[in-house]
Amino acid sequence: MTDKTRGFSIPILFPCTICREIVDEIGGLFLFLLDSLRLIFAGRGQFAKIVRQIYFIGVQSVSVIALIGLFTGMVMGMQLYYALSVFGADGFLGTGVALSMVRELAPVLTAIMLTGRAGSAMTAEIGVMRISEQIDALTIMDINPMRYLVAPKMAACLISFPILTAFFNLIALWGGWLTGVKLLGANAGVYWSRVNGALSWDDLEGGFIKSIVFGLLVCTVCCFEGYYTHIRSGHAGPEGVSQSTTNAVVKSCVITLAADYALTSLLW
Amino acid sequence: MSNAPSIRLEDLAVGYGGRPVVSDLNIEFPGGKLSMVVGGSGCGKSTLIKHILQLHAPISGKIFMGGHDVSSISAKKQHCLRQRTGVLFQDGAMLGSLRLKDNVALPLREHTKLSEAQIMRIVQDRLEMVGLGHAMELYPNELSGGMRKRAGLARALVMDPQVLVCDEPTSGLDPIMSAELDQLLLEMMCHFDMTMVVVTHDLASMRALADFVVILGESKCLYQGTIEELEKTENPYLRHFLDRATEERTAPRLTMPPLDPSMLKLNCNKILGEKTTIRKGDRC
Repeated sequence: MTDKTRGFSIPILFPCTICREIVDEIGGLFLFLLDSLRLIFAGRGQFAKIVRQIYFIGVQSVSVIALIGLFTGMVMGMQLYYALSVFGADGFLGTGVALSMVRELAPVLTAIMLTGRAGSAMTAEIGVMRISEQIDALTIMDINPMRYLVAPKMAACLISFPILTAFFNLIALWGGWLTGVKLLGANAGVYWSRVNGALSWDDLEGGFIKSIVFGLLVCTVCCFEGYYTHIRSGHAGPEGVSQSTTNAVVKSCVITLAADYALTSLLW
Repeated sequence: MSNAPSIRLEDLAVGYGGRPVVSDLNIEFPGGKLSMVVGGSGCGKSTLIKHILQLHAPISGKIFMGGHDVSSISAKKQHCLRQRTGVLFQDGAMLGSLRLKDNVALPLREHTKLSEAQIMRIVQDRLEMVGLGHAMELYPNELSGGMRKRAGLARALVMDPQVLVCDEPTSGLDPIMSAELDQLLLEMMCHFDMTMVVVTHDLASMRALADFVVILGESKCLYQGTIEELEKTENPYLRHFLDRATEERTAPRLTMPPLDPSMLKLNCNKILGEKTTIRKGDRC
């Protein structure tokens, strides 16, 4: 390539390179997801591994989800009460809290909290295993690392995310009641009857579909970053693992929010 | 007569991202013997081993194990081959989340129908073989470097392998521990009737153990043959390589020449400028 043509070709090729990288990345993530789903119940001892992962991802996250749910519900109850009472519509507090929580905030905030608590740990764990040759050792022992390491995490996310989202919903609705009714004086009967009346099965279903999709996305991104830390992060050793962990958390949050927009457009 | 398979490399070129690290390899590691791959740092010893273990695909050429081309055998045969191949990684590569007994039991739990009691008997036996019978309940991070290597060896041996590959088994160990591990490898080879390929920097180990030696350097195989033939070689690079090890054993301790304080100050001034000492006021 001559100097004269290089000047023209770089601006033309640059977007192509970026597009190709994005397509590569999405394709890689999709194949990784399919492979891990395929291997969830392959081989022996998977059930015990899945239970261990549910304990780590689900059970150990209950307290943090409860706290976030409580404060989100309390803030939502307070803000909506002030906004609605301007128009004398504070009776609709239950409707506002219930719909915003079940449709949007519970699945998204649960996914983001679990990304920070469990997703980053998954990336770091798999990344460290990669750089210390533990994944190579599994391969040599004819143990599929995807089946042994990733598939149980995927199954655990599929189970834990919706359950934790439901738990978040319950605590947040209670938090809304705490500020709206107990602190600011809205009517308790009206609050709960509005919550009951506002929520349809479609709302609950949509929230759970979101949480399942977020669970798959978060787990895929976090495990993918850890699994390929040696070839993706651009750094070797522990620095590479830390870079991968940061990438995993940032990408998971961005992808969760983007997917939330897409799913909201599709579901409602 | 050994039944252990030989490993044959045919016009093999190995490397990463299409860039060869070592090429033109035509080597046969004899079955039932202990072969050693030796060479300077970065010459491609570990890369070669990783390709033989099929962790990476070669750039070109073929690898035959027991007469079968490993790149074209069926998936079932590939599984069988992997289950009969043990590997001792540089740092043991034990799974950090599992106790030692569970690390060693892992291949048995995954690939056999043995009861838990039978598995534990085998695990106990292998760990006692390597002198770690007392450490079954410990986690890998509670073990010393030498213990981790011996634990890695126990795990590599648990499926009665026909091929054992060791990546620098004595690196980072003191001479006594190195000699003990060498002795252990030799005993294991006799006990299990297997083909052993050991990557090492340690020429003392090579002289003590090797039936067959491969020396890598300058991106190719510089020598393959017995240790006796190697000792007679006239090749200047190999001679230097071997003599250096001999010198290391016999050389007197290097001593510092007596220093002239004025010369020292002069040199320091050249490097650091005039300010060569930290005065009281410089400290925080």
